[in-house]
Amino acid sequence: MNSREITTQISRAADILNLKKWDYGASFSNDYSVQVDKGEAKQLKASQKQILTLRVWNESNLVGITTTSDISESGIKKALNQANIASDFGNKNERTEFSPLAKDPIVVKDAKKRNPVGIKKLLTLLREAEVKLLESHESIKSVPYNGLSESFYERVYANSDGAFRSYTKSQAALYLYARAEEKNKKPRSSGSVKLGYGVEDIDIESCIKDASNKTISHLNYSSIKTDKYLICFSPESFLTIINAFSSMFNARSILDGVSLSNKNSIGEKLTTEALNIYDDGLHEKNVSSSPFDGEGTPTKKLCLIKKGRIANFIHSESTARIFKTTPTGHAGLGSKVSVTPDWIVVEKSDENYDLKTLLDHSTYEGEFVYIEELNAIHAGVRASQGSFSLPFDGWLYKNGKKISIDSATVAGDIKYLLKNIVNIESIQEVTTSGISPHIWVDELSITGDA
Amino acid sequence: MLSSQIKSNEIVFGSCNKDLLEEIIFYGIGLGADFVEIFIENTDNTSVLAEDDFITSVSPSFGRGAGIRIFKEKKDGFVSTNDLTKHGLMRSVSQAIEMLDIMGNKKREVFNGLKKNRDYSLSKKKWINEVPSIHEISEKLLVSTKSLKKNNKIITRKGSYSRNLQEVIIASSDGTYVSDIRLHQTVGLNVIASDAQYRSSGSRRFGSSGMPNEFRLWDHEKAANDVFESSMNMLYADYVDAGQMPVVLSNKFGGVIFHEACGHLLETTQIERGTTPFENKLNEKIAHESVTAIDEGISEGSFGSLSVDDEGMEPEKSVLIKDGILKKFISDRAGELRTGHKRTGSGRRQNYSFAAASRMRNTYIAQGEHSKEDLINSISDGLYCKSMGGGSVGATGQFNFAVEEGYLIKNGKLTTPVKGATLIGEAKEVMPKISMCGNDLELAPGFCGSISGSVNVTVGQPHIKVDSITVGGR
Repeated sequence: MNSREITTQISRAADILNLKKWDYGASFSNDYSVQVDKGEAKQLKASQKQILTLRVWNESNLVGITTTSDISESGIKKALNQANIASDFGNKNERTEFSPLAKDPIVVKDAKKRNPVGIKKLLTLLREAEVKLLESHESIKSVPYNGLSESFYERVYANSDGAFRSYTKSQAALYLYARAEEKNKKPRSSGSVKLGYGVEDIDIESCIKDASNKTISHLNYSSIKTDKYLICFSPESFLTIINAFSSMFNARSILDGVSLSNKNSIGEKLTTEALNIYDDGLHEKNVSSSPFDGEGTPTKKLCLIKKGRIANFIHSESTARIFKTTPTGHAGLGSKVSVTPDWIVVEKSDENYDLKTLLDHSTYEGEFVYIEELNAIHAGVRASQGSFSLPFDGWLYKNGKKISIDSATVAGDIKYLLKNIVNIESIQEVTTSGISPHIWVDELSITGDA
Repeated sequence: MLSSQIKSNEIVFGSCNKDLLEEIIFYGIGLGADFVEIFIENTDNTSVLAEDDFITSVSPSFGRGAGIRIFKEKKDGFVSTNDLTKHGLMRSVSQAIEMLDIMGNKKREVFNGLKKNRDYSLSKKKWINEVPSIHEISEKLLVSTKSLKKNNKIITRKGSYSRNLQEVIIASSDGTYVSDIRLHQTVGLNVIASDAQYRSSGSRRFGSSGMPNEFRLWDHEKAANDVFESSMNMLYADYVDAGQMPVVLSNKFGGVIFHEACGHLLETTQIERGTTPFENKLNEKIAHESVTAIDEGISEGSFGSLSVDDEGMEPEKSVLIKDGILKKFISDRAGELRTGHKRTGSGRRQNYSFAAASRMRNTYIAQGEHSKEDLINSISDGLYCKSMGGGSVGATGQFNFAVEEGYLIKNGKLTTPVKGATLIGEAKEVMPKISMCGNDLELAPGFCGSISGSVNVTVGQPHIKVDSITVGGR
């Protein structure tokens, strides 16, 4: 069945069950991926996947939901039945409705859907990439984690009020994670990930170069003394920390009592006036962009921090109604609708007079710690308390030298971190999760082995 | 073909699918595969969330799908699909064969048909009617969240339940033909406490496999008291000072550190990648002599237990480390093929869309002879980690674990609570430093995410003492 037929099928089955109000989200995907091991194909994968999430409203306007991978006629009937039963237990404390924007026009970016290149081509490209990475430095002994994949999918949202929207996309990903070994030293690993609309859009050479340079740069390592340091966050690591604490801007988290913000936090000063943060799912560099969210609300650019102050929260239909505003296009589709950011863009505002602009990661000669990548986010972040303690890959810059840091963690409090931003570099860099310049923070605790 | 008549053109759960499965396998072998494995599942899941005094989410889901894996020498092609028709399954076989580029391969393996179905599901078919109803679950969760409301400092109360019922059929060209039903239930409680600028949280999770009545027997009052006390103890806690120090790790979920830091390095997938420091250490000392570690899938009702793994092999009890000596790796079919380590009934996957891989089941450090007090009394200045948060292990074996509830040890006594602690180290350096094991082994359920998705496991240990470890703090 195609998406129009599914909509018709649901409509018919809902009529039989006397369900007047329903909506659904569906996705259909075909994925192909390869992994290699020293020139040999290791695992080759393909999958055809379909998933349907159905919501129904009962006579008391309570919502029930069911998710299924069975999109046959009988599967749809069963899903509607189960959702109907679940609606008896719908949330009486918080109403859910269709998004008022579910029929608004959506912005579909230029069609950048690529055709599949096929498993054989994927395998050839990955084999070549592995060989080049292994040959890039004598200390690189293996590429234990690697993969090249391409995905083709369609996403659909429709409801009983006549809303119907869908889009199709393609996406490819390459990751290369190398392992370097030298005598009497610990093995060191690092890697690189690149995304594109299709395999032909991926800069494979740059992925190889990044993975090699990063791995090699960690070969000469040393422990770091436990102390407080001036920190420079790479664009990737700063985006990681902002995403980890995005509950500060999340209306759902605020209502659930798990956010550091509250309903009255709009306008609260969090950081230097020099900082702006946006969520911009439709940004041209966002390969994973979606023109609408789980409730059918169009995706849009939203300012989260304007000149250091909280400017907006991200919303679903129900949180927006409670906050007396409009949905922002960040909802999932669930029994309890989740809200998540799309793609964070960090920039320097035009009020940047108090920044210490001499702090530039490529020229600064004083002592500082450069945090390249933060790890173990799920373990080391306490978003509801604001604290973090995270292992990282990075370097200590001292006396004109750059030394890789052996197993250390950076710890602190997100509000302290934001308040102690001392510079925002001018050049923004594109990462897989957003865009940011390098960000400098004064006095964060580093725990090391030395 | 063994059977001249195909009785069904689609996999039907609860029916005999032997002829159809044989035809699919014959087809794959005929196209040149060394080995063909078919994993088919039918799932029926429910989750319920209670927040404060309301049920805020009831989420049923169901689905079905197949994962088909073709081996040719040491490489494999894996295709997953929701299409369980003969046409869909054969198309998946063709796709896997095509990916491996072995179409027309002249060397032919022999397939003698499937053996008699080893049906582990016979006594389990009634489970679906014995598990608690949504109504019953909701009632108990609401009582549980009410029990958490012990003072006005508790600002958020949550209770969550999930039930996963998975019916599987596994068939492969070595004749394996297995049916099983798996049931997993888990329930968790979480609170956030707040007072002025102070905040803390507490959480506990409980889980079982194959015990439909277990949720009814769950002592929610005890659980609520435990979570409440933990959050209150930590509410005004200071941040721990970073440094090297001896630590005592609590029993039950303290075992997560062994699971993450060492257990994963004993999976054959890590040998295949060359990412374990223990690859060539079989029968060598890798841990303190007080350490014996086990991985098994047979403890009745434990969250990681199973009647049969996802490759059709019954799980065994594997002594991984005996008195500090490495004795065994955790292996699956691909692991045996690529590393030579015999299968241990540990081929596991989240669902049909993942190829099975060597994964832990119930993994724990065996108990020793010391009391918890012996361990604490032996430390003049250190940290007691009563409750561990999550953790992770890097590609070169470094681990990092958050301590959810910690107390300083001063002169052999527990003193003030501390927060923000993180344990950092490497398995091969820390294992020899586990110098004392308590006599109070307990297991705790959890979910482990890795190459073949998220699978149910238990972690466990008695209280253990690590002589020195890096503690991250402020």
